Amino acid sequence: MTLFQNHLLSVILFTPTVGALLLLFIGKERDNAIRWIANIFGVLGFLVSLPLWFRYQPQGAAWQFVEHADWIPAIGATYFLGVDGFSMLLVLLTTLMGLIAILSSWTAITERVKEFYIFMLVLQTGMIGAFVSLDFLLFFLFWEVMLVPMYFLIGIWGGGRRLYSAIKFFLYTLVGSVVMLLGILALYFYVYTATGVYTFDITQFQQLTIPSNVQKWIFLAFFLGFAVKVPMFPFHTWLPDAHTDAPTAGSVILAAVLLKMGTYGFIRFSLPILPDASRAFVPMMIGLSLVGIIYGALVALAQTDWKRLVAYSSVSHMAMVMLGMFALTPVGITGSIVQQLNHGISTGALFLIVGIVYERRHTREISEYGGLSKVMPIYAAVFMIMTMSSIGLPALNGFIGEILILQGVYVVNKIWAAVAASGIVLGAAYMLWLYQRTMFGKIENPANEKLKDLNLREIATFAPLIALAFWIGIYPTPILRRLESSVTRVVLRVNSVYGPAMAKAAADCNNPPSAAAVAAAQANAPAGFTIEPPCTTEPAPAAPPRREGERR
Amino acid sequence: MTPITPYHYLVLSAALFMLGVIGVMTRRNIIIIFMSIELMLNAVNINLAAFSQQLHNAVGQVFAIFVVAVAAAEAAIGLGIILAFYRNKETLNIDEMNILRW
Amino acid sequence: MRFIWLIPLLPAAGALVNGLFGIRWFSRTVSGLLACATMAGALGLSLWAFSELLGLPADARVHDVVLGHWIPPMALQTAHDIGMFQVPWQFRLDPLSGVMILVVTGVGFLIHVYSTAYMKDEAPGGYARFFSYLNLFCFFMLVLVLGANFLVMFVGWEGVGLCSYLLIGFWYEKKSASDAGKKAFITNRIGDWGFILGMFLVFFTFGTLDFRAVADAAGAMPIESAGFGVLSIICLTLFIGATGKSAQIPLHVWLPDAMEGPTPVSALIHAATMVTAGVYMVARNAVLFQHAPHVMQIVAIVGALTALMAATIGLVQNDIKRVLAYSTVSQLGYMFLATGVGAFAAGIFHLMTHAFFKALLFLGSGSVIHAMAGEQDMQKMGGLRKYMPVTFVTMMIGTLAIAGIPPLAGFFSKDEILYQSFLNNRFLWLIGAVTALLTAFYMFRLILLTFYGTYRGAPWARVAAPAAAMEAAAHGVRHPLDGQAQKDDHEVSHGAADVRAAGHAHAWHGPHESPRAMTVPLMALAVGAIVAGFLGIPQALKGANTIEHFLAPSFESHTAAAREAGAGAAAGAEHGPGAAAAEEGAHHLSTAGELGLMVLSVLIAVAGVLAARRFYFTHPELPDRLAARWRGAHALLFNKYYVDELYDATAIKGTVAGGRGLWTFDRVVIDGAVDGSGWLTRVSAWGSHMFDKHVVDGLVNLVGWIAEEGSFFVRRLQTGLVQNYALLMVVGVFAFLTLYLVAR
Repeated sequence: MTLFQNHLLSVILFTPTVGALLLLFIGKERDNAIRWIANIFGVLGFLVSLPLWFRYQPQGAAWQFVEHADWIPAIGATYFLGVDGFSMLLVLLTTLMGLIAILSSWTAITERVKEFYIFMLVLQTGMIGAFVSLDFLLFFLFWEVMLVPMYFLIGIWGGGRRLYSAIKFFLYTLVGSVVMLLGILALYFYVYTATGVYTFDITQFQQLTIPSNVQKWIFLAFFLGFAVKVPMFPFHTWLPDAHTDAPTAGSVILAAVLLKMGTYGFIRFSLPILPDASRAFVPMMIGLSLVGIIYGALVALAQTDWKRLVAYSSVSHMAMVMLGMFALTPVGITGSIVQQLNHGISTGALFLIVGIVYERRHTREISEYGGLSKVMPIYAAVFMIMTMSSIGLPALNGFIGEILILQGVYVVNKIWAAVAASGIVLGAAYMLWLYQRTMFGKIENPANEKLKDLNLREIATFAPLIALAFWIGIYPTPILRRLESSVTRVVLRVNSVYGPAMAKAAADCNNPPSAAAVAAAQANAPAGFTIEPPCTTEPAPAAPPRREGERR
Repeated sequence: MTPITPYHYLVLSAALFMLGVIGVMTRRNIIIIFMSIELMLNAVNINLAAFSQQLHNAVGQVFAIFVVAVAAAEAAIGLGIILAFYRNKETLNIDEMNILRW
Repeated sequence: MRFIWLIPLLPAAGALVNGLFGIRWFSRTVSGLLACATMAGALGLSLWAFSELLGLPADARVHDVVLGHWIPPMALQTAHDIGMFQVPWQFRLDPLSGVMILVVTGVGFLIHVYSTAYMKDEAPGGYARFFSYLNLFCFFMLVLVLGANFLVMFVGWEGVGLCSYLLIGFWYEKKSASDAGKKAFITNRIGDWGFILGMFLVFFTFGTLDFRAVADAAGAMPIESAGFGVLSIICLTLFIGATGKSAQIPLHVWLPDAMEGPTPVSALIHAATMVTAGVYMVARNAVLFQHAPHVMQIVAIVGALTALMAATIGLVQNDIKRVLAYSTVSQLGYMFLATGVGAFAAGIFHLMTHAFFKALLFLGSGSVIHAMAGEQDMQKMGGLRKYMPVTFVTMMIGTLAIAGIPPLAGFFSKDEILYQSFLNNRFLWLIGAVTALLTAFYMFRLILLTFYGTYRGAPWARVAAPAAAMEAAAHGVRHPLDGQAQKDDHEVSHGAADVRAAGHAHAWHGPHESPRAMTVPLMALAVGAIVAGFLGIPQALKGANTIEHFLAPSFESHTAAAREAGAGAAAGAEHGPGAAAAEEGAHHLSTAGELGLMVLSVLIAVAGVLAARRFYFTHPELPDRLAARWRGAHALLFNKYYVDELYDATAIKGTVAGGRGLWTFDRVVIDGAVDGSGWLTRVSAWGSHMFDKHVVDGLVNLVGWIAEEGSFFVRRLQTGLVQNYALLMVVGVFAFLTLYLVAR
């Protein structure tokens, strides 16, 4: 059990790898055994990550579950893992979506089954690794590790122009990440000249004061790497191709997790390490985001390919995430993070939804469908819920993200918020039109008459997503609480306006409201509900606590 | 009886070594050649043991043990190669083994 | 009152159970009963809560229930300092929401009962789906009215939009239905755009989203009579939201199309409750609006124009539900006119009475459509009075009520609005009066065309079924095609009509009275349409105007300072239409004047009725003659001023074309740049490949060639025989040894 106590992140990180290694020893013709093992490791991967949620302490240290070991001492690279609320949620999202993607492939993948699942599991390790690394070099390693399996997933099991798409995806991302590596190295050598220490320690980077002209160059280098991954307009064109041609599981992972690498990078690296540059580049970032929101939505409106439509909606939604982030307000950044989770859930589900009919009909042309509600009522209901989640209906998850983002942006600039909000109208337009063209009407294509509704396994893939969509929509407080300290740390770095207020909130926290006030609030509440005291803001951490024995 | 001096050992060793060399030179069966190589190695071992005794230094004997170990490993690999070769060519005649030629 | 949170949750539970299990396993009876039971429970709880509310002293009539955090506090800057953005799940019962929950649960319950009969031709799955949606709608509507802050209200606000979308498109196999649903949702979303921007500005200005806190804070601010201040912008954006939800110009286009839904849906959502949400929202933020007189002016003008425009369109429509739809738009315009002139209580009063008589009219029309097996064209009805007496009498009551004939409900509420607008602006009053005339006219046109005169509809089989089938065969293609043609225009998936379209497989026995489950709600609503008005008998008629006094606390701010400021401002602002309490304002007519206006409005209504009688009863050829003479005007009205066509040509086509254009741009320019850089890389790769192959590799090969030729002789030494090599080695060793020994 000490393994779980002290090395939880390593366990989470390498569970899929163990699965992949195990699969190597299974004969490649034993498809069902392979499927079972892969699914078991998918579930196992999710189960071992669950303790993160329960053992994470919202008011605790900045970095939790920390692990530290030497890796390449000569250059100061270490095996340094740890999570805050933000990366913890992304790890959970990754393990869950990985599980769902694996489960959804049971019948979809019939060729080279063994390789497929091995790639899926390796990909899983790569993604988790990128989220839990606190060493920049380690992060970069995992960042690149993700590329390879994804490349093969698209290239081997994809459809359409899969080789073109796979190569485009690979090269595009690689170009971005090479430039990002330059940025990392620049930072690394800058830190050496400034302090005389070779280190890739992110927690130390986040406390540096770097001259702003240096910051700007490093920011641009990071920007290219992350913006390609997000993807931001105009670096987005690899995404529709990759999504369209990837197998369902690949699209799901790509949308739900891989795109989050970019936004994760911005929040984890660009904002706190390069605060001056982040502020300086706000107009550019916001401009690109606003263009992305409207542009993605309009282009989605013109699509005739179901998957490509969802892919362009992704462009629009991720632009919304970027918008909230660069509002540089606590609410905006919180919304941005929540929206990342939401996008993972709802867009992931939308790709699963396309995958279901693609598996049955082998076409993604919207005009091939129509009237599916009649033959696939459960499917129609799931699709409806996810459509609503995607267009941000209140009481579903998308709304919380959007409203936080827009409110966070609004207090900074009203015009930005107004433009971004119009993206919501367009979002409703293209999603409802898609829904109408595929689900409503009479069945005119005889091929659709005998389509089977969802089976139990397929329902099982959607059930957790639907539950999450409602949970985040109705009671997001537990999630938002876990994000507070991460967001506070970032905001305190980049936005000086909030310093005093957050300190005051922390002070209020120490003087809880009078017992009478609490009792009065409780009296109004119906039986069975407890009113929580309003204090949730964590005291602003002056500096992340330092573990003893850490390398300087 | 004259005492056995290092000189005797060296003569024995040299004779054994020459036997080995001649065996390697003249025989055509690779197994025999292999055994001749063993002879040469053991000649060296005798030398090592003799000088170790002479100089009161255990290093020589340790080295002899190493040689024995290496010889065993070499024999294993060599026999493996011979087996593989025999499977391919159905002969142990070393004149047939000229595929390393230009 | 502690349990008001159960009021919305009951229908939600019903929706959940019906949606999860009902569609697959429940019979019609079970799902219908379940839905009605949840609504009955909600109604009971509402009545209980309302009576408790009445038991409180007038200025303490407010009760909050907090269910928990929705969005926990987060620091966010506002106009003044750093505030805390937080939203609790909070419900609030006060007079305004009290009235609204009664309307929603009351009318909602009756319509649920009515639907059990109306929808009986649906398959059990569809039946359960229908009730699941209907229950869900009631849930969201109750959340909307009970929400204590903007965000909770917005949950209901968007949720009712969703249910409206689902229910309009209930018969999703029909393209027009799913189109109409989509149109409704997207048009509403455009309004929501305004709503959320208003909401953001509310937070930015006040640092809270709670209605009461906002009202208190706004009450302390000066009235923006000079120009457009921040309150005006808030109100304007919120009003954009209201125009979307309540179908006001310019976002009114979705409501008439929404008649594609089943008739009970039209009655509940598109007449009684959801469409009035905009009015409710404006009334809920009465204090804000009172401080933004210019926006109030805009609200009043938009309301009046909408009322007039919709009424004129209603004059010439032939579809019975469309007439009612335009009448709804028009009456909603009235409500906005009322709120715009500061008579919030009158607006809500009219909302309430309208809920009764318009739901009654819609349900009555549903009964007629049911009787006519799906026929909606009034030209094909007539003389139905003798076939369906209950429907006729109840619809007549509804019509008299909407026309404003005393002492029915519509008279009091409409008259109050006209009176208040007369005080405020004579021109607006004139528009309102003309609209009243038109309303009386087109409503009696509806009644006369439907229930009087001779029957003009399709003949029905008086013979047994097999003979009817033969008759259908004899008619050949024409009969079924008739049905098909209708199917495209009108609501027909409604079972009985399907049967008819399929060629008399099951004979239609002619118009008939509807079953009791349908007529009883009609009667109940008719009672409501008669008595609801007595809540608001004006003082001029020695009444107490109960409802106005009851609602008044909901339209005021509650801090003493704010109240004083408000009163001072009201006294100061001579022309402020938002002068807080209208009955105490500078504008006040004598009782005689008020009575005079009242008589005038009755006369107007009677004139409308008489005109309709002349046009459609005594001289039925007149309308056609007029239509022929004023062909342009008639076409303009008949085609709803071509607004749909205008939007289609500009906004919709523009957006779609923009999307296509950008898609091409995306492929050609942006992706072209990406592919182009890939191509450039490949070209340069080819170039360096050629260089490599011919120049660099050439040099390497040259060196290799020289080495090869040189080695030709040397390699002879390589015999391949191990023993040769060994011999050479030995010889070498000896040679070196010899050399060594000699040289030493």
